[in-house]
Amino acid sequence: MKHLASKLTGSLGLALALGSAALAAPQTFDFKDPKGVNNAVFLLDAPLESINGTANGVSGTVTFEAANPGSLKGRIVIEAASLHVPNPMMKEHMHGKDWLDVANHKEITFEAIQVGKVTKTGDETTTADVTGKFTLKGVTREITVPVRLTYLKDKLGARTNGRMQGDLLVIRSTFNIKRSDFGINPGAPADKVSDVIQLTLSLAGAAPRS
Amino acid sequence: MRRWLGVIAAFVAVVTVAFWVATGASRGFTKTTVAVEKTDEVTGLTYRDYERRFVAGVEILGLGLGLSAVLFGASRLCRPRLPPGSGR
Repeated sequence: MKHLASKLTGSLGLALALGSAALAAPQTFDFKDPKGVNNAVFLLDAPLESINGTANGVSGTVTFEAANPGSLKGRIVIEAASLHVPNPMMKEHMHGKDWLDVANHKEITFEAIQVGKVTKTGDETTTADVTGKFTLKGVTREITVPVRLTYLKDKLGARTNGRMQGDLLVIRSTFNIKRSDFGINPGAPADKVSDVIQLTLSLAGAAPRS
Repeated sequence: MRRWLGVIAAFVAVVTVAFWVATGASRGFTKTTVAVEKTDEVTGLTYRDYERRFVAGVEILGLGLGLSAVLFGASRLCRPRLPPGSGR
């Protein structure tokens, strides 16, 4: 009897250990979003003109461990041709050679290489500063951006009407870059087109369970 | 001719302003799509859905009113019709 109890305790301990290991294991979240919710908003607010648009061609993967958010790694890709402004002529110029040259520079990417200042702000949310390589129009610069991570356990089912089960990772970030740092029409007057580009990323990635 | 050009100038000005107001009286440039803000219920993320809609911008307003001003100016250059028997 004592032997059986000891065996049961051992099995239970092993199951719990395996369970917690599975929970603690890093998950890979896919940011390709068929619903078209993932987006980046860009704003260039110059004294004479404010340019405001969005990009929704988001893809990429991020590895995240809920128990250790500081271990976050990954790469987010935005299809340059998906950048949209409501004025068709402005959009044509923006995609053109002087501005983003989307024919030759098809992707805008951010690759996370280091995470710092990790702060747990709630049961599901964490803030951090993510340092990474940001590539725009073929120019790569290392930047640090503030991010807010929201880990939504078991919420994938609600988003797919139960077709898939799994977890969601929501990433929100707002940061500034300079147009001149990336060779985006550096000759354009700053009073008409701001040198500062404010980017706001709103992204949700899915980690389905098989 | 002078009178007709004046009438056309006024017509162009009225139609331009009416069209600009009817499509939203936008003080920005012309748009062919309009953003509608939406929120994803599960993630709480806000995103923009673009609807195809024409919104006349200030350049269209300026062009119409400019054309109207040119027509009005041209009407002023036309010689007024003289009353019969005025000697010319």
